[in-house]
This record gives sequence, C-alpha cells and structure tokens, in this order.
Amino acid sequence: MSSVAFVLIAVLTLAAALAAATLQKLMHATLSFALTFVGVAALFFLLGAEFVGLALIFVYIGAVAVLVVFTILLTRRDVGKDRGANWGGAFLAVAMFGGLTWAILKTQSVAIAAPHIRALTVRRIGEALMTSYVWPLQCVGLLLTAALIGALVLVMEEKQ
Amino acid sequence: MLQVVLIVSAALFSTGLLAALSRRHAIFILIGIEMMLGAANLNFIAFWRFSPQSQPPTGIMIAIFSIAIAAAEAAVGLALVIAVYRHYRTTNVDHLNQLKG
Amino acid sequence: MINQSIDGFLHPDVSNSVDQIFVNAKQWLLGLLSWLTNAPGWVIQVASSLINIFALLFVFLTLFALMSVLERKILGRIQNRYGPNRVGPFGLLQPVADGIKMLIKEDIIPARSDKLMHFLAPILIAAAAILALGVIPYGRNMTPFTIDGGILFFFAVGSTTELAVFMAGWGSNNKFSMLGAMRAIAQMISYELPLIITVLPVVMVVGSLTPDRMVAAQAGYTFGLVPRWFVFTPWGATAFILFFVSGLVESNRTPFDVPEGESEIVAGHMTEYSGFKYATFFMAEYIGMFAITGLAATLFLGGWRSPVQMLEFIPSYIWFFAKLSALLFVYIWLRGTLPRTRIDQIMNFAWKFMLPMSFTCVIAAAVWHYAGRGLRGWLWSFVVIAIVYTALSMLLDTQRKFAPRTYRFAE
Repeated sequence: MSSVAFVLIAVLTLAAALAAATLQKLMHATLSFALTFVGVAALFFLLGAEFVGLALIFVYIGAVAVLVVFTILLTRRDVGKDRGANWGGAFLAVAMFGGLTWAILKTQSVAIAAPHIRALTVRRIGEALMTSYVWPLQCVGLLLTAALIGALVLVMEEKQ
Repeated sequence: MLQVVLIVSAALFSTGLLAALSRRHAIFILIGIEMMLGAANLNFIAFWRFSPQSQPPTGIMIAIFSIAIAAAEAAVGLALVIAVYRHYRTTNVDHLNQLKG
Repeated sequence: MINQSIDGFLHPDVSNSVDQIFVNAKQWLLGLLSWLTNAPGWVIQVASSLINIFALLFVFLTLFALMSVLERKILGRIQNRYGPNRVGPFGLLQPVADGIKMLIKEDIIPARSDKLMHFLAPILIAAAAILALGVIPYGRNMTPFTIDGGILFFFAVGSTTELAVFMAGWGSNNKFSMLGAMRAIAQMISYELPLIITVLPVVMVVGSLTPDRMVAAQAGYTFGLVPRWFVFTPWGATAFILFFVSGLVESNRTPFDVPEGESEIVAGHMTEYSGFKYATFFMAEYIGMFAITGLAATLFLGGWRSPVQMLEFIPSYIWFFAKLSALLFVYIWLRGTLPRTRIDQIMNFAWKFMLPMSFTCVIAAAVWHYAGRGLRGWLWSFVVIAIVYTALSMLLDTQRKFAPRTYRFAE
C-alpha cells in the first residue's frame, strides 16, 4: 500500500522537477518548482519525518516560492520566456545520474529494508534542539538575521 | 528499499543540476540549486529512516538546519539578482560578463 | 479505532452518551461496514477517514451558507435596515437563491489569460482553507485528524494560500488584478509573523503542538468559578487580541480588505472570475475565517470546554460552536462598524506594533510560568506587557494634531 503511494509521489515529484528545469514560461516553471517541493514533503511524510515535511512546505512554498515570484515580477522587461534545456547541460545531468545510480546499486550496505522505528514526536526534536544542538540553533538564528539585514540592504534604493 | 529512495534522490539532484547548468535566467539557476539542496535533504532523511536510531535524531536535525540555511541563501541570492538587474537591466547570465579577462 | 494521537492520548473525562453521539455513531457505522464486507484493516481506516471528511464538509458548507445570509442580515441591522428577507422565512433560504444564481452564470475567461493558472487558483485556495479545518478539535474525541505537529500543519497549509492568490492575480492578465494580488500577498505575509508568534506562548506553556493537548491543558477552574482558559491570563489576553486581529487580516476582511476593496480596484485578484469560481473564492474566504476562529477558540478560549462547572452536561460540540459563533459575530460587527485602513497603515501597524507586542507575549508567558502560575506570575507578566505597551505607544506617536470634532445634523 505504501509502496504504491511512494511510486506515485516519486513520479509526480520527478515530473514536476523536470518541468521546472525545462519549461519556457517563467511562471509555469516556478509553480512546478513549488509542486516539486510538495512532492518532496510528501516523501518525507512517507518516511516518517512529518515535522521536517511541514517545515519544508512552510519554508519553500510559503516563502521561497513567493520570493521567486516577486523577483520575477520585479526583473522583467517583457513577457517572461526563457530557453529550455540545452545539450551540454542535459548530457552532464544524465552522466551524473548514471554515475550516482551505479554507485548506489553497487554498494551492498544500502540494500536494506525499512526497520521498525519509534514514531518521531516533536518533543524529541525539541529536546534535541535544546540540548545537543543548541549551539547550531543559535548560529542559524544569527545567520538568518544577517541574511535578513543583508537582503534588505541589497535591495534598498539609495536616497538621492 | 533504501536503494529506491536514493535513486529518486539522485534523479532529483540531476534534474536540479540540469536546471542550474542550462538555464539562462539567473533566478532559475537559484531554483536548480534549491532542488539540489532538497535532494540532499531527502538523502539525509532516508538514511535516518533506515539506520539504527541514535538518541538525538541526527538526520532530522541536519535536514532542519539545511532547510533554514537554504531559505536564507535563497533570500540573499534573489536580492542579489534584483540588485544586478537594477544596474545592468538584464538577468541573462550570458550578458553579465564585465569581469571577463 | 477512536482517534488517538501518536502517544495514545484520549480524554479521560466524563463521556456521557449525548456528548459522544457522533463518535459512537461513526464506530457503529464502521462496525457495520466491516461485518458486511469483511474487508482488510486498511479499507476500514480509509472508510473512517472518509466519514470524517464528509462530516466536516457537510457541517462547514452548511455553516458557510448560513453565515452568508446571517452576515448580510446583521450588517443590515447595524445599518438600520432589514437584510435579505424575501426568500424563505426571515430570508434564511437566500443561500439557495445565491447558489442557483452563481451556478447558472456564464463562466467568462479573459481571452489572453493563462488558462491553467486561472483555473487552478480558486481550487487551490479552497483546498488550503478546507485542509486547515482538519486538525481542530470540535468536541471531546472529535478531532478529524490528529497529527503530532497539528499547529504547524495549520500554518503550513495557510501559507500556501499566498501562492494561490498570486496565481489568481497573474492568471487574469489584468493590471488591476495583479496589483490587488501583490497587495494581498504583502498584507498576508506581514501578518503571518504576528499570527504565528502569538501562538508560541500557548505552545510554550502547554509543551506540545497538538491542539488536543492545548484543550486538555485548559481544564479546571480557579476558585471553582473562573475557568483556567488562557484568555484569562495577561499574556493570553494580549495574544488572543493579536491573534484575532491577525486572523482578520489573513482572511482579508474589513477593516483590512484593501485587496478586495470594492470601491477601489473592483475586486482585486478576483476581478476576472465569474459564476462558480467567484463563489469558490467567497467560500474559501469564509472557511478560512472559520478555521482561524476555530483555532482561536481552541488555543485561548478552552476549545470545547464549558465556562461554568454547572453547565458541563451540555455537549462539548455545542460549546465549541457557541464560541465559534460568538467570535464570528465579532468579525461581522467589526465589518459593519470600522472603515477601511490604507495599505501603508496596515504595514506600519504590523511591523512596528504587532511584532514587538507578540514578542512581548512570549516573554510575558515565560515570566508567568517561572514566577509560579498563580497570582505573582499574573502580576509580573502584566507588568511586562504594560511596560512594553506604554513604551510602544509613546514611541509610535504620529505627532499629528486633530481638529476638534464637530457634528452637523440635518435641520
């Protein structure tokens, strides 16, 4: 039952990713990008990491996709169109995929089935964040503040 | 089963690479990079799921921080694209070649 | 197969039969189904989820229809006139007439619009609004879907609304639609922050993201009289007011309906939609309102708990819908009373006032918790909030002097 769901969601995700990489109309490509991340979040749900899936939807679709859309609107001089894939890029991507698949299929230690795990509650994530990972948490907070201020400074128009 | 998830993640990574290499609009190169980061997150979560559980769930933590950092990087990258557009009036990366030797 | 959360949390309170009538009816139906068809376990689970979904849709679509006519009648009374009163007794069958009108209207699509985006936008907005309804506890043991990170699910789904609003504006190929969509998105993003940060004190105090636990944490009565709802604490009252106002803005209601300003830009991002699609936008706005008020009742007003110990025999879902109706009445009242604010006033208010106040609520909740949760905690957290509020009102003074108000009446 869950492998049927897994195959469907994986196919949807990869189709949307391909659409985002090759579509010529800018807005359609952006919406395919958002759909890709819905698919990735659904895969996370299937793998048992619901908190990360929800955070992914929240951050990527609620924030990054809206940012991309606004930037497209602010930086166009004509109706948005872009050239799709070209042969060099396609060859390199296929070569990379082939190489990775060969490496995955050759490694014996990853040919394992899913073990039974305890369900991951938000409480365990919170405890880990506040005890073992508290320094990375503070650093990420600092990084986000710096990114916020930096982005604001970059796009502020200079007062004449 | 883990191999299937890893292959899906590899395919997503390659598609992100395709987007980053073959697009001419600066924003879509950023989108390609975000897709590659998403594929890496999928890898981390897959390995967390199929491994013996450690007490702080390391794979989950790395994925959470990676999402936060990717968001920050997207924000700054898009601000850069807007700033470059204001100066050069183009987002086509083939035309941004002032520093070419 | 009662709805259990991930660690088997069930309410141990008194469950008398009227209170649990819907839960028992669902169990009976599922038992009948499994006896009739002898189906495997996962079919029964899917059937259980489907029954939940249909019940939810039935209740909330009926409530939407009722609310659309009640709002017009209440607005009419505020404006000293009757509302609709022709169709049916007291005009209560007006939604039927409205529905028929919407369905038989011609579906006009602009010629050079982006057909796919134009079509998908209302569907996405409605889907996001209805999804958000799924995690709210409507009564004892009556949450449709218990997810461990319930509140996060609610807000994640709500944040996809912005992208759908943009799709509506862009897909219409109309400059005014685009402008309305940009304003709507700017407003929604600005107010998402206070919305989420005011929920943080409640999450901190309860220690969980599941709405069921938040209702469970508001049990009991102090001195046997006053219920221990979070709205009766200083940080809770402030957070409730901030959450309520942010909810008003998120659902684009007056006084914050600049995106829909009927006298300014026709209907903003919904201009080019006619007939059933417009009704879908309308429905999505109302269901979003229900979701936000439902969450406000759950987080701050004790969910399905009764305010008086004597009246606990009244079923839990009746209390929940009573609180929901009271909050919706306040929404309608505000719509009839206040004029529209300007977009820059809305932005200033969000970033300069509401964001600092919501951070203050978090600090005040921490102070309340660590000073013991009794009278001392109450006083200290009240002091924290009062200090920040007076500082903000002194700093944000607009330095404009107003002329004395003069009234002129008809002679």
